[in-house]
Order: sequence, then structure tokens, then C-alpha cells
Amino acid sequence: MPDATGLELLAQELREAEGEDAVLETTFFRGRGTLEIEPTHVRAVLERLRAAGYAFLASVHGVDYYPHEPRLGVHYELLDMGRVDRITVKLRVATDAPEVESVTADWPTADHQEREIYDMFGVVFRGHPDLRRILMPEDYEGHPQRRDFPVGGEPVVFTYNERDALGPM
Amino acid sequence: MSPPGATEPPALSEYRQREQSITLAPVGEQLGERDARGNTQELLTLNFGPHHPATHGVLRLLVTLQGEVVRDIKPIIGYVHTGIEKTAEDKAYWKVIPVVERMDYLSYYFNAMAFCGAVERLVEVEVPKRGQYLRVIHLELNRIASHLIWLGTSALDLGAVSIFLYCLRERELILDLFEMSSGARMHTRYFQVGGVIEDIPSGWERKVREFLKIMPERADEYGAILNSNEIVLQRLRGTCPLDAETLLALGVTGPLLRAAGNPWDLRKADPYSSYEDFKFKIPIGTVGDNYDRFAVRLAEIYESVHIIEQALDGLPEGPHITEDRKVALPPRHELATSMEALIHHFKLVTEGFRVPPGEVYNPIESPRGELGCYVRSDGSSKPARVHMRDPSFVNLQALGPMAKGSYIADMIATTAMLDPILGGIDR
Repeated sequence: MPDATGLELLAQELREAEGEDAVLETTFFRGRGTLEIEPTHVRAVLERLRAAGYAFLASVHGVDYYPHEPRLGVHYELLDMGRVDRITVKLRVATDAPEVESVTADWPTADHQEREIYDMFGVVFRGHPDLRRILMPEDYEGHPQRRDFPVGGEPVVFTYNERDALGPM
Repeated sequence: MSPPGATEPPALSEYRQREQSITLAPVGEQLGERDARGNTQELLTLNFGPHHPATHGVLRLLVTLQGEVVRDIKPIIGYVHTGIEKTAEDKAYWKVIPVVERMDYLSYYFNAMAFCGAVERLVEVEVPKRGQYLRVIHLELNRIASHLIWLGTSALDLGAVSIFLYCLRERELILDLFEMSSGARMHTRYFQVGGVIEDIPSGWERKVREFLKIMPERADEYGAILNSNEIVLQRLRGTCPLDAETLLALGVTGPLLRAAGNPWDLRKADPYSSYEDFKFKIPIGTVGDNYDRFAVRLAEIYESVHIIEQALDGLPEGPHITEDRKVALPPRHELATSMEALIHHFKLVTEGFRVPPGEVYNPIESPRGELGCYVRSDGSSKPARVHMRDPSFVNLQALGPMAKGSYIADMIATTAMLDPILGGIDR
């Protein structure tokens, strides 16, 4: 794991390369480092980290920071398999313009995971080759993992009421 | 259903129209090509699943075929999406364990381990050594059970029926062990934040050792049956290989990556729960074809047996769960004598424990690869977000690159060797 100093050095390198505003904040929590970045720099920052050894994108996940603004967060869990070292890159976007550049072109593994975040949180990944819902039905309205999305209240579709629920089949 | 004779507009609903309008990757350039006899070939789009015995669950594949050759695969998932991650946000931390166990329903101990590990990092609670060893024993038993189901169903896909019965016979022994230690055969809720819920009952160790004696012999038998079966070898050897670089770019981990020759295993690379105490080998393949995927998993069964033996031999004395009463329930006998224990019990059962705000990602090595649990706490007694990075979900993306350009029969074998669990994919 990069220690707190290593994380600061990494952040400093990224700031020098990508501009002062590229890295907003660094957090060192429970032995793991997190870089919070400006959403516009996501592709460049991930590429720089890849060059620094973090060549495996383990996971991409979404989170809703409701009631804090900007609400929606996207996390990229990077892994350096040589040094067995992990680092989290996170960015936050507001719900009124939830747009992030897709990293699928550089990291093919992000394909399904970005679709899941789009499905569950409504974050639009610009440049994603096939941005459709992945887990919810295609005609589903709303983004169910958002914190203000209520649980329940949906009609359960059985054979006898499918016409009312889904329209003519 | 409308009565016969009723006039209904035949038009499709908007939903069905959209479902049918899913676009496929550009394959038009292959149309119009003439073969040796001067005939043109047409592409056929075949809907495969969601209810098909060879998809290992409710996986739907839109397959574009040119003759018998697979040209494009689009997986369509979400049929068993049950919103477990959403449900988890509504429950106290210790009540989340049973729901996350139901994600990947063949490796329930691993789901619980990933989640409990993440919460333990947030709360900064130490699991006692005995608890860690008991976890390892159950995890590895679960790994064997999961691999047995994979082996049985995969062999079924390849036309070998008897091996399925043999595998389920051995899995039954493991489920009996789970029943004895926790009271339930599946989804046992045995792992708790801070340790395991109960110490193993007397006689359990003996039964596990009996099983450990049987299992390698039986695994030898599976190997003997399958490795000398011409049909199995023809269908596995050299089919649908994929190199380690492509697999890494696609995020594939676990036996699939190891089959391609990359010895990445989190139990060795980044040990958790005392895995550093045990000696075991990481089986790897050479070319990364279907046979390597099969051979690596079969070899892992022996290594798991080896780990359990060492864990039983070295099982330390001591508590099985943390003594921190703010996190773990007090023992039953204390409730009758200690007021403080009663208060802790009441607080834990009604509200649950509060977790300091923060976010962690806790990866472990599941039978299918890196299973990571991301938990965000807002300081209350319920998680603000629980996300599982399920290996099946990520590994499924490799099906296309593996099976494109091969025969459809090889695609079936590849799906089997991919070992996707739809409960984990759809969550």
C-alpha cells in the first residue's frame, strides 16, 4: 500500500502533470489511499497511474453521497500486481449534469461496470460504446440505487395483470 | 389473457419493440461473401437462453452465427436482479450478512467474508486467531463445494452425466458439515463481524478429517474419468484460448487468469484471515484453453484440502469471535448474570452497532476470482452503500473474446469453463 507520504508524492506528480486542479483531495483511510480528482481529468489521471504501475482496474463502482453535493461518485479501484498495491481514484458529479468520460476504450473491463453505474445511478459515460441499462429492464424509469429512490411501490407482474403492467405483449 | 375472438391490436408494446431493436456489432461486411461453390452465406442471429440448461442460470446470449461459427456474442443479463445492494442499505450491518450471502449462491461464505472483512476494517476490530482459522476452514470447504458444482454441471454440458452425480455426492458431505457447524446447509450466516457465530461442535473436526481423506481419492477418480475421456479432451483441448494480457485488460481474475499462466491469487499475494500461515501451491495452466481452465480448478480442490488439513492441525485455542461487546453479541450465559451484557445484547439486536464514517474496498479470492466488497458508512448503524465487485459479472465480458470465431459447441464448453453464477452477476 502506498503510505500517506507516498500518496502525497503521487498526488503531487499528478498535479504537476495534469494541472493544479486535477487532484482535489487525498485521503488516507484504514491503510488505503484515495485520490479525489476533477472528473474531466479521469482518463489522463488513470493513464498516468497505469504508467506508475497500477495497470489493473479491479473495480468501478458508483455511490450516492446524498445529501452531500455533488451527489454522485464513481470509484476506480486500481491495482499494481507487481507491488501488490492498491489505490482508489474517485470523482464526484452533480445529479443535474452527471457526465463523466468513459474509460472503456483504455480499460475494456470498465464496459459492464460503467453500464451498471449508468443503470443504477444515472451517470452518463461519454464515449461508452454501448451505454444501455444492464440489470434493470430497458424501459425502467429512474435509477434505483440513488438514495432518494424509494423501496417498494412497484406492481408485481403476474400473468393475470401483465397487460395492465406492461401493455399489449 | 384475452378471451378468444376478442379484437386486440397486434402491435408490439414499446418495450418489446425496444427489446428487439438491440443492435449487434457490425458484421455486415461478412454478408455477400461467396464460398467455394459460389453460394452466399447468411448470418443467423440465435437467441440462446435465458432458460437453457447450458447457461448455468438465467443467462441470455444473443449469438450471431455464420454457419456453425460464432461471429458475435452479446450477453443480456439482469433476469435475476433482486436489488440486494439496495436492500442492504435498509438493514443494520449484521443483518446485511444473510442478504449478501444470497448473491453468489454457490460461494456464500465468500460473500459473507468480503462483507465482514470490509466492516471489520471500518470498525477496526481484530478477529481472534481461532476465528480466522475457522473462517479459512469453512471458506476452503466452500471452495471445494463450489468447484464440485462447477465440475458436475460442466461435465453435464459436455455430455457426461455420471460425473454430475459423483460431484453432488461429495458436495452433500460438505453441506452436512456446514449443517453441523452452523445449522444451515446453504446461506449459513456463520461469519459475523468480528469472527464466527459459534465454535465448532465436538466431533466436527473428526468428520472434516474423514471428508479430507475421501476427497482427494474422489478427485483422483474425477480426473481419471475425465482425463481419459476422448470426447471431453476433444472438446476442451485447444478450444477458445485467451492470453493473460487480454484477460487482465478485461479484468478477469481467478482460475481463468491462472489457467493462462498468471499465478495471481489474493490468498498468496495479499493474505487475509491468516492465509499466510498455510503452505499451498497455486495451480497454473500454460496456454489458457478450456482444458487448462478445467485442470486448474480440479487441482485447486487438492490444494484446498491441503489448507484445511493444516488449519485443523494448527487450530489455536481461544475465542472464536471478538470480545468487543460493542460489535459482537455477548455469550448466552452472561445474559442471566450481567446487566451490562443484557444492555449490549439489547442494543446490538435492536439498533445494531454504529460504524465510523468512511469507505473501504475489501477484496478476497473467491472460487471465481477477485470478490471485492465496497462499503460506505455514514456513521449510522446501516451501511450507506454496499457494492460487490462480483467476479462472475466481470468475467462474463471475456466470453465474447474467448468464443468468437469458434464453433457453437465450443462456446457451450467455454461458458461452462467460465463458471458464471447468475445470482452473483445480477445481484
